[in-house]
Amino acid sequence: MHNKIKMQAKDVDFFYGKNQALKNVNLDVYANRVTAMIGPSGCGKSTFIRLFNRMNELVPHTALCGKIFLDDLEINNPSVDPVDIRRRVGMVFQKPNPFPKSIFENISYGLKVNGIKDKAFIGQKVEDSLKRAVIWGEVKDRLHDSALKLSGGQQQRLCIARCLAVETEVILFDEPCASLDPISTAKIEELILELKKDYTIIIVTHNMQQAARVSDYTGFFLLGELVEFGKTQDMFTAPRNKKTEDYITGRFG
Amino acid sequence: MRNTQRSQKIAFFFLFLATLLIVVPVGLIVVIIIQKGLPAINWQFLSDIPRQGMRSGGIFPAIIGTFYLVFGAIVFALPIGLLAAIYLSEYAKDNMLNRIIKLAIVNLSGVPSVVYGLFGLALFVVFFKFGASILSGSLTLGIMILPIIITTSREALESVPQSFREVSLSLGASKWQTIRQIVLPNAIPGILTGTILGLGRAAGETAPILFTVAAFYLPRLPKSIFDQAMALPYHLYVISTQVPNVDEKVRYGTALVLLVLVLFMNLVAIIIRYNFRKKKKW
Repeated sequence: MHNKIKMQAKDVDFFYGKNQALKNVNLDVYANRVTAMIGPSGCGKSTFIRLFNRMNELVPHTALCGKIFLDDLEINNPSVDPVDIRRRVGMVFQKPNPFPKSIFENISYGLKVNGIKDKAFIGQKVEDSLKRAVIWGEVKDRLHDSALKLSGGQQQRLCIARCLAVETEVILFDEPCASLDPISTAKIEELILELKKDYTIIIVTHNMQQAARVSDYTGFFLLGELVEFGKTQDMFTAPRNKKTEDYITGRFG
Repeated sequence: MRNTQRSQKIAFFFLFLATLLIVVPVGLIVVIIIQKGLPAINWQFLSDIPRQGMRSGGIFPAIIGTFYLVFGAIVFALPIGLLAAIYLSEYAKDNMLNRIIKLAIVNLSGVPSVVYGLFGLALFVVFFKFGASILSGSLTLGIMILPIIITTSREALESVPQSFREVSLSLGASKWQTIRQIVLPNAIPGILTGTILGLGRAAGETAPILFTVAAFYLPRLPKSIFDQAMALPYHLYVISTQVPNVDEKVRYGTALVLLVLVLFMNLVAIIIRYNFRKKKKW
């Protein structure tokens, strides 16, 4: 039995200039589930998830055909303010990218730009978010130190905490462990599994074991097309498509 | 193997020679000016008005005049230049027209300063009827340094990593919030560099103030921004070429004061920039 659909891509084509990066992609993202996008480099999976918070608009000379839904809202409709979408759909990027500010300011930034001024509330929220991202113990004594002094793995958990503080409904992870060591990766995977209780999660990953470990659903992209989509368990044990099978068994990619 | 080492040594030699060719003349100028100008420097020279047809007394009105002009130029050029730079870097679409505009601004900084002087004369002195005044001179200097400020500020803004903008926007910040709270603070060191360059240029130029503000001889302080004023570069020009029998040490003393003034302004800005850099790193 399927869950509630949280986000949906319908007949999505996407272009960088004349280059078509996505071809007729249809995909449902279920609420409180982890959906993984796998595929070789350049297959369009990162481009695809950046459509869910309208991040691709920042890239000049791009065009989108098709529709993206968040619940019943068509988010790529020109009348929708991207700021409203991004307050509901957060993102964690490939490279840990804390602002060159203190740890505290990094977390409180999202609250402040959303108009929250209550200092006590912000302080509490910063603590909650850091605890949620399992980094509180490591930083609680140096909240006002620069976030850039943290290690790569800590920085990435800080970035997750920063995203959590905004209280979005969906979190997009764009290869969150690509530049991290195995221990940090394990911590972040654990965190993702914990977070799906409250969030809908979409994760792009190069690492098929990671997709198998954390996701409930998996989509396999190849050259801009969604080749196969289904329950992760089914896909990794009995892929329907030959190309999927070749990729997940390591024959190419 | 030997051959590569030899050609490396030759290359290093020429690179070093080129550096030396730049450093030595500048060093010599500074040394000569200090050597010949230092004997003239005393409290009276710095605080008195010029006397005996500028052959003795001090250069106080010229120092103050230069301060007013530089200050006025920055007050005018920094906000406008910064806003234009923000527009060009953050909002303007990457199309032909905007690329031409950017190129035109870069080229404007190469326009000879006397052209700015004539422009200021036509626009501020004559058309707006500000007369030869501190206002006209400041605006003319301001326009002259605008391209420097716009270009360096734009480069500073563009060097802020795109990932900062993406993160900020992804957290639900608007574009303007992102610019104000993330992009601008990280671009400040670069913007200050532009301001430093502008300051130095505004303080040292003679041609733009020649027709728009500079008084040949005005043994008092300016009373308002519509008053004429003496300025160091023009004063130096006058006592070097227009007034006979001026003691050499007075001329070099004036040059020294101008030099120190410009270096001092640069130093202040460099210190500010250094402190920002220490705090913000990525």
